[in-house]
Amino acid sequence: MLLRAIDISKSYDGVHALKRATFELRAGEVHALVGENGAGKTTLIKIVSGAVTADDGRLELDGAVVVDNSPARAKASGVTAIYQEPSLFPELTVAENIALGLERGGFWSRVNWKKRRERASSLLAEVGAKIDVNAEAGELTMPEQQLVEIARAIGANSRVLIMDEPTASLSKEETENLYRVIGKLREQGVGIIYITHRLEELSVIADRVSVLRDGQVVGTYNMAETNRQELIRLMVGRELSTIFPKREVERGEVALELRGITRGASGLTDIDLTIHRGEIVALAGLVGAGRTELARIIFGLDHATSGEIRVHGAAVRIHTPADAINCGIAYVPEDRRRQGVILEMPVGANITLASLRKLKRFGWFDFQREKRIAAEYVQRFAIKTPSIFSQVSTLSGGNQQKVALSRWLATKPSILILDEPSQGIDVGAKAEIHSLIGDLASAGMAILMISSDLPEVLGMSNRIAVMHAGRIAGIVDGAGATQQQIIALALGGRSQTAA
Amino acid sequence: MRLGAYKREASALIAYLILLVAMAVIAPAFFSPGNLRDLAMNNAAVLLVAIGMTLVILTGEIDISVGSQFAVCTVAAGWFAKAGVPILLVLPLVIVTGSLLGGVGGVFVGRFRLPSIVVTLALMVTWRDGLRWITEGAWVQNLPADFQWFGFGQAAGQFVILAVVLIVLLISAWAMNNLNAGRAIYAVGSDAEAARLAGIEKQTVVSVVFLLLGALVGLAAALNAARFSIVPSNAGMGLELKAIAAVVVGGTAITGGRGTLAGTLIGVALLGTIGTALTFAGINPFWEKAIQGAIILIALVSEVALRPLDRLRPRQVGISG
Repeated sequence: MLLRAIDISKSYDGVHALKRATFELRAGEVHALVGENGAGKTTLIKIVSGAVTADDGRLELDGAVVVDNSPARAKASGVTAIYQEPSLFPELTVAENIALGLERGGFWSRVNWKKRRERASSLLAEVGAKIDVNAEAGELTMPEQQLVEIARAIGANSRVLIMDEPTASLSKEETENLYRVIGKLREQGVGIIYITHRLEELSVIADRVSVLRDGQVVGTYNMAETNRQELIRLMVGRELSTIFPKREVERGEVALELRGITRGASGLTDIDLTIHRGEIVALAGLVGAGRTELARIIFGLDHATSGEIRVHGAAVRIHTPADAINCGIAYVPEDRRRQGVILEMPVGANITLASLRKLKRFGWFDFQREKRIAAEYVQRFAIKTPSIFSQVSTLSGGNQQKVALSRWLATKPSILILDEPSQGIDVGAKAEIHSLIGDLASAGMAILMISSDLPEVLGMSNRIAVMHAGRIAGIVDGAGATQQQIIALALGGRSQTAA
Repeated sequence: MRLGAYKREASALIAYLILLVAMAVIAPAFFSPGNLRDLAMNNAAVLLVAIGMTLVILTGEIDISVGSQFAVCTVAAGWFAKAGVPILLVLPLVIVTGSLLGGVGGVFVGRFRLPSIVVTLALMVTWRDGLRWITEGAWVQNLPADFQWFGFGQAAGQFVILAVVLIVLLISAWAMNNLNAGRAIYAVGSDAEAARLAGIEKQTVVSVVFLLLGALVGLAAALNAARFSIVPSNAGMGLELKAIAAVVVGGTAITGGRGTLAGTLIGVALLGTIGTALTFAGINPFWEKAIQGAIILIALVSEVALRPLDRLRPRQVGISG
């Protein structure tokens, strides 16, 4: 066995990304990894490539245990990885980018520029890319950057090659070229770990496939002995961990309407979506499908190149988050610790941060009112904190999320966008957040909830809009929807039901 | 390499050429050999420090304690000479002194990952006031006769200084382009995470460039001290500003990853010439600092103008997915 990862565990902030995952790679095989967002695929390959350190478990290469893995050590022992996000040096040339990943010369050895350029040219030719090796990497398009990464990885002559969604941004021709190169490497005995969300790729290139779910490898199959339906069933077999408070709410008039929202830089094309008062619309899809990008446009963080946003029936121009707030829109971002709350600030100041303008009295800041408002939310949402003056960093993830939510509710929004509201918080806090969201909808708020948690999507929402590759792949009714249906749409299937 | 990659250096060079042409028209006396020699001598030390500063800024860090390091090294040079150390040994000893001072910053910024602006601000005050406390403001006098110009006499001494600066410039420029170590500086400044994945640790590179900058400050201080027969205890005031300004005007990105020593040379020449040029043009030299400030702002603004905001990074930092 070329590579063996045994009982690997890893958790971030007390939340498990991998739970005793076991995975094996043979020489000369393409072993695909599939699974939902957050199933642990990327964490697993980063542990293999040394970018992340495992909490527990054992890694074996050629039967020998790898200790103190690091990117440098993995590279030296013949493990190369291409991550989803290109890790190129934007200011350096293509030739140098390729060389920096490959050359093993010491610090004081001389750079051979001519050799660097020739090597880069031949590697790029091998993957069928026509890219000037003297161009700065930062000036390339995303697919070009991806091809540079692939060329670099191939040049490493590794024994283990890891590819995280290499074809995500490639054209058909470039993809076929990549398959050809992968085939060649396989014949040379290279072991290839291939992460993909495009299940149709598997039958073309994979020899075996492992399915990850909730941080565990739930099965490894020979490609010939399984099929798409089977894999989808394994991917989504996630247990419903909470009971969702489904409420019957009278659907009010249209609160938010998107018409033909398009923005090339975010990869969004022609998005139409309406959300009514009292309605929870979930936005499902894979990471990179454009869900957060859409939220950024609604909240004025990015600007659509064409299309229209209408709030309560009137067309509005949203250039900045301040405009969005004035339109009654609130956005609770995905990255709670970096964007949702300010960890070093007290609970009270965090809660009132987005509504400071309302806290003026005779032009002076009204501290008494800030205290009253903060105390009100702490009580209403049962935020567990010693006082409103405690630093948010001392709170648990669930309570931090409640603070983030309070901040935006204090602006008295009529439209609330939630980005992964229950990500990385424990089950109990999750249930509290869910019931809170339900209460808000009952009170007539229009809610757009971005979520990768399928039980949450199915349990919470009235309608589910599924995005795929920057478009709405389909909108399904929350009542009859199934996990398989959502995943099939997210993976690029056809719309089955429209609502 | 393509010419387009050097447009920042080119714009600084054009500005410098315009200044020279203007002087040729207004005050041809500016080009007298004596004046040019004075200009070169006055800016030799700044250039050495700016070379080291370029390395530090390329990694995305900054060192504002170089003026204080310079003062300590200057006094150290005097003390070593007065203590009877042979004059040719003074030079390496002062370079070691500078390396130690720079290395302290390197340890704090590289090893402990503290923000360089704050670390070096603290060191700037520490070195300068520590020196004031020890010397009580007294200058070092009664130096050995061979201290000035290393005993070579003025003409030969000046030649030696310029030759040393030129050699350092050429070797550094060559090494930055042709040694893996030099390219590692660009790599960590361009993207520290990508560098880590390529097996280059930013911590190590940062520690080393701070040390190198310190060594160059030591060399600059020793060469500069040798121009005089007594050693001041308050040398290097404002040197950090001169060096950083020259680096930025020369086209090095303050965020790291991009820049050349050719640009730094032009930056030092441009900023170093303005004061003298004003005097020759009959303009009140009090304008010098204001004009230097304006040039720095223009350099920073053109950096943004040359690089549309959307393309600052190929990928989005922050919210994504």
